[in-house]
Amino acid sequence: MGILTPDPGLVFWTTLSFVILLLILRKVAWKPILRALKVREEYIEFSLRDAAQAKMEIARIGERQKEIVEEGRRQRDDIIREARDLKDGIIREAKEAAQKEAVRIIQQTHEQMEREKKEAILGIQQQISELSLEIASKILREELSSDIRQKSVIKQHLQDFTFN
Amino acid sequence: MSTALGLGVIILGLGLGIGLIGKGAMEAMGRQPEMSSKIQTAMIIAAALIEGAALFAIVVSWLIS
Amino acid sequence: MRLFICLFVLFFAVGGRAVAEELTEHGEEFNATEMIMHHIGDSHEWHIISFNAGAENEFSVTMPLPVILWHNNGLHVFMSSKFHNEKIIALGDDYAVLEHGHIYITDASGTLVHDENGAVTNASPLDFSITRNVASMLLGFAILLLLFGTAANGYAKRGGLSVPKGIQLLVEPAVLFIRDDIVREQIHSKRKADFFMPYLLTLFFFILINNLIGLVPFFPGASNLSGNISFTLTLAVISFLTINIFASKNYWKHTFLAPGIPLPIKIFIVPVEIIGLFTKPFALMLRLFANITAGHIIILSLTSIVFVLGTVAASPLTIILSLMMYCLEFLVAFLQAYIFTLLTTLFIGIAVNDAH
Repeated sequence: MGILTPDPGLVFWTTLSFVILLLILRKVAWKPILRALKVREEYIEFSLRDAAQAKMEIARIGERQKEIVEEGRRQRDDIIREARDLKDGIIREAKEAAQKEAVRIIQQTHEQMEREKKEAILGIQQQISELSLEIASKILREELSSDIRQKSVIKQHLQDFTFN
Repeated sequence: MSTALGLGVIILGLGLGIGLIGKGAMEAMGRQPEMSSKIQTAMIIAAALIEGAALFAIVVSWLIS
Repeated sequence: MRLFICLFVLFFAVGGRAVAEELTEHGEEFNATEMIMHHIGDSHEWHIISFNAGAENEFSVTMPLPVILWHNNGLHVFMSSKFHNEKIIALGDDYAVLEHGHIYITDASGTLVHDENGAVTNASPLDFSITRNVASMLLGFAILLLLFGTAANGYAKRGGLSVPKGIQLLVEPAVLFIRDDIVREQIHSKRKADFFMPYLLTLFFFILINNLIGLVPFFPGASNLSGNISFTLTLAVISFLTINIFASKNYWKHTFLAPGIPLPIKIFIVPVEIIGLFTKPFALMLRLFANITAGHIIILSLTSIVFVLGTVAASPLTIILSLMMYCLEFLVAFLQAYIFTLLTTLFIGIAVNDAH
């Protein structure tokens, strides 16, 4: 029973202690501690927000970078394609020109050859005719050195003529 | 004698009540571990309320003996 | 930790054996109930240690505490050691004696009148003495001031953004726990939560430090302050006032008018609600009182086993069981401070939160 009866003295001292403790601690301890914790809380909050923003910024920059890279790649491809086209064009033109030239040269060569051939043939004809004349003259001279022979030849030729 | 008997009955009810709360809380935590802290708080509050009633009965049984 | 346990065991074994031998030698009956009741009650002096307990030449070292009495509109202040030197002390025209830790007004010869149950019927002066409980409360007061003063100094000096150091590491998790897991969970408005924070922090740490001081088994502890009904009554009354003074209009409307409930039920609900206003702090008071007192009684009972059986053979049992109980009581010291604060916060939250 005794322990269930409140003791006014202890109630008094407890009240006094608690209220004084509350007042002192509120001023001396809780205010700075809670303020510090709040500052930290807000700092962390801000930091998180900043971090999120920075992350977004980075993402944005990354996107931009990707775009730029994409753009660059496209330009490069364009340039390469143009260059290739150009190259192809040049090669084609060069080929055509070379072909034309080659055709021209061949033609020229042909013509020259033809001309030279003609000349050569002409020369040969001349030579042949000269040689023939000479040979003929020699043969004639030799053949006709004897009368018999002359007569037989004439005879033969005449026979041939007849057949013609 | 009557106090002792009363205390026995009180403890019986108290144990049963808090045991059931503990059982419920454990099952709930097992089902939803991510809610553990909230369940724990609710469990303590419910247990405290039962305990309050039991303490009340204990004091009364003590006083009337 | 291992060393601590060894010392603990040794302390109990040696001390228990010595006292048990003394008791059995002198054939004195050991009254466990009396010893326990004496311990969990209050006292006008702070007992430190006894030599030759139970013997003729018993010698106790105690710390005398100031006695402050208010009697016949006069304040009387003297040290409690005065009761040892002169049994009867004059208070103006009357005389006072100390009987079983209680001061009674008597005549000049110190006669105490007993009723048929053996209870003293003499009047008592208003006793505002610094008793053992008050002294231990002041000790707790000083520890709290020192602890949180130092921590706050650290915050003030180094700012909130620096890494916590030293005592801040001890204080900060507890403060953050109370702020985030207790107060902000229950009181939804952040402004109101901040308003109640100092009170709830003080409440938590005041109960906790007194619970812990009560668990220290030797001199500047071993008091049973937080297991004293006066202490818990005071805290419960302060909680009651806080809850009801800051309660919103909405809360009162719901308590007294119970809107939206049919009339027949209303007739029952409203009285229940009104009784509930008082049973909430009443349960707070009893819970803390009963838990801490029960813990002290169990530990003391376990210690008494050796003396009751009068044999040292029981000491291993005592030691193991009381060690386990100490661990449990250490948990309870925190748990009860937490529950008292949590429930107070919950009730404040119910009273001040806006309707959903």
